[in-house]
Amino acid sequence: MDNESTYSGYSYKSSHSRSSRKHRERRDRQRSKSRDITLRGDKSVTIQATGEPLLDAESTRGDDRDDNWGETNTVVTGTSVDSVSNEDLARISKDLEDSLPLDCRRYLSPALGAILGLFALVTPLAFLALPQLLWRDTLEPCGTPCEGLYISLAFKLLILLISTWALFLRPPRASLPRFFIFRCLLLALVFLFVASYWLFYGVRVLDSRETDYRGIVGYAASLVDALLFIQYLALVLLEVRHLQPAFCLKVVRTSDGASRFYNVGCFSIQRAAVWVLDQYYSDFPVYNPALLNLPKSILSKKMSAFKVYNLGEENSTNNSTGQSRSMIAANARKRDNSHNEYYYEEAELERRVRKRKARLVVAVEEAFTHIKRHQDDEATVSSPKHPRELMDPREAAQAIFAPMARAMQKYLRATRQQSYHSMESIMNHLQFCISHNMTPKAFLECYLTPGPTLQYLDTSRGRQWTLVSEAPVTTSLRQGQVFSLSRPDFSLVVTVAPLPFLRLSEEFIDPKSHKFVMKLQSETSV
Amino acid sequence: MSFIPGQPVTAVVQRIEIMKLRHGDNLILGFSIGGGIDQDPGQNPFSEDKTDKGIYVTRITPGGPAHDAGLRMGDKIMQVNGWDMTVVTHDKARKRLTKKDEDVVRLLVTRKSLEQAVKQSMGGCPQTVT
Repeated sequence: MDNESTYSGYSYKSSHSRSSRKHRERRDRQRSKSRDITLRGDKSVTIQATGEPLLDAESTRGDDRDDNWGETNTVVTGTSVDSVSNEDLARISKDLEDSLPLDCRRYLSPALGAILGLFALVTPLAFLALPQLLWRDTLEPCGTPCEGLYISLAFKLLILLISTWALFLRPPRASLPRFFIFRCLLLALVFLFVASYWLFYGVRVLDSRETDYRGIVGYAASLVDALLFIQYLALVLLEVRHLQPAFCLKVVRTSDGASRFYNVGCFSIQRAAVWVLDQYYSDFPVYNPALLNLPKSILSKKMSAFKVYNLGEENSTNNSTGQSRSMIAANARKRDNSHNEYYYEEAELERRVRKRKARLVVAVEEAFTHIKRHQDDEATVSSPKHPRELMDPREAAQAIFAPMARAMQKYLRATRQQSYHSMESIMNHLQFCISHNMTPKAFLECYLTPGPTLQYLDTSRGRQWTLVSEAPVTTSLRQGQVFSLSRPDFSLVVTVAPLPFLRLSEEFIDPKSHKFVMKLQSETSV
Repeated sequence: MSFIPGQPVTAVVQRIEIMKLRHGDNLILGFSIGGGIDQDPGQNPFSEDKTDKGIYVTRITPGGPAHDAGLRMGDKIMQVNGWDMTVVTHDKARKRLTKKDEDVVRLLVTRKSLEQAVKQSMGGCPQTVT
């Protein structure tokens, strides 16, 4: 069970056209499969960023599941990968991929938690009810003290229910590759606890038909107390412990070097990975593959300058290395002007972008002057020559979109963002801005700066990330650890550094001690 | 002209005697002083050591009594008529120099060129004042 690894091929919906998206999905799946298989020197496990609840009693997660995911999901549950060769694994995964459409394993843990929680909640009531049902006649009557205990029991159960709902019944955020240790610990604790109570109850009360009902009620009350304490323990372990910052994580995206620093508390590696991904979607600018490389025209010039001829009778291996080495040396000696071209091309590109941006801004400003919001309390007197027709936001957006469409398209092309904004999305955004009384500048902020990835994300589908780490992923963070989260196109490399220990000392300044003197330099004639 | 706190100050000095000139109602000497223990020593352009709070000659009226007596700009005044001028306030220094009942002031001044001259002429008898 320890070496099990799962991954699911959730597709990544971009705003490409449907047919190209299908090809892309297939390609991504193939690529991600082969990529995951080759990462076997480190322990490579996957994270699915859709969800698994923390500790829920009643799971209500069926609603927020996307209904269509069944057709594009695949799950691989492989066995120990140490002694399986690459081809075998590929074959196995291919077979399983075709045959297992549903991801049962994800629901296992929350279901277990739900059952256990329900069982634990019902137990005190069972403790109270069973004697009444089975041997009501022989029970000693117990008056006021029992009623007091009933009331306290009821309220404690109510509080337990409310706090379970508040803490644990939340939509799941991620499915982790390994067991979440604290959660397992708590589930085991609850199970042991309730089981031991039932054992004691079964032996001492049911078997011997205990007649002291007040004792039984007190026993049930103590169970509820202990459940409340376990819930306190759960709260501390799952929610509170990681709030105090202890480490600083540096997250760098490998494709373009975008980096951020985050302060986190004591996490295990997999939980820290989920946390980092949450921040990634709202902090990092969207990954734009079109902006990555230098234009080929600059780079390729270096290579085509020299032709090396094979003159000697050396054997082939010597020859090839000698050839490449001489080529490299020759290239190094040649005067390298590619940086010049890069500089000028950059300047030219920037100038072009700025010009198009200026045109876009002017066009949008002008377009926005054509409409204005109709006030209901305005006088409805309108001259017969210009009857005002009232438009809803959609029509207003369509009316003013035409003059700015061309400028917008050219600007998006210049900044290589055209794949992220379709005409439909621009129209929707325009409609949104008009209804909320936004200025042209507010309308344009979405296009002038590349926003965070979350903005372009279709949130109904899950995202598939692979966690690559040298240490087992359930160990807690330590100084100097490095792990990375990879997707088919790029990956995020995370480095852990501890926050420094701060030694604060105090210095008392008397408010009356702020005194000043003039810096004099007088000159006196004598 | 640097000093070590706690040690006696030693310097090569020159004796200058200036006759005060009567100018209207006042007796003037014909130079200006700057510095003092209540002033900012960092702004003194003439001192070597910028923590030196002594009294320096900042200006000399050409043709005045001080100039004729041999006082030069940048001199540090060590004593006036026997009174110490190395640790005095600016106002005190002014008062010492402008006493109405004295016609003559005898100064002990020091400058860097004096030390150099003494070093050069190794056989000379330096007059040191401690």
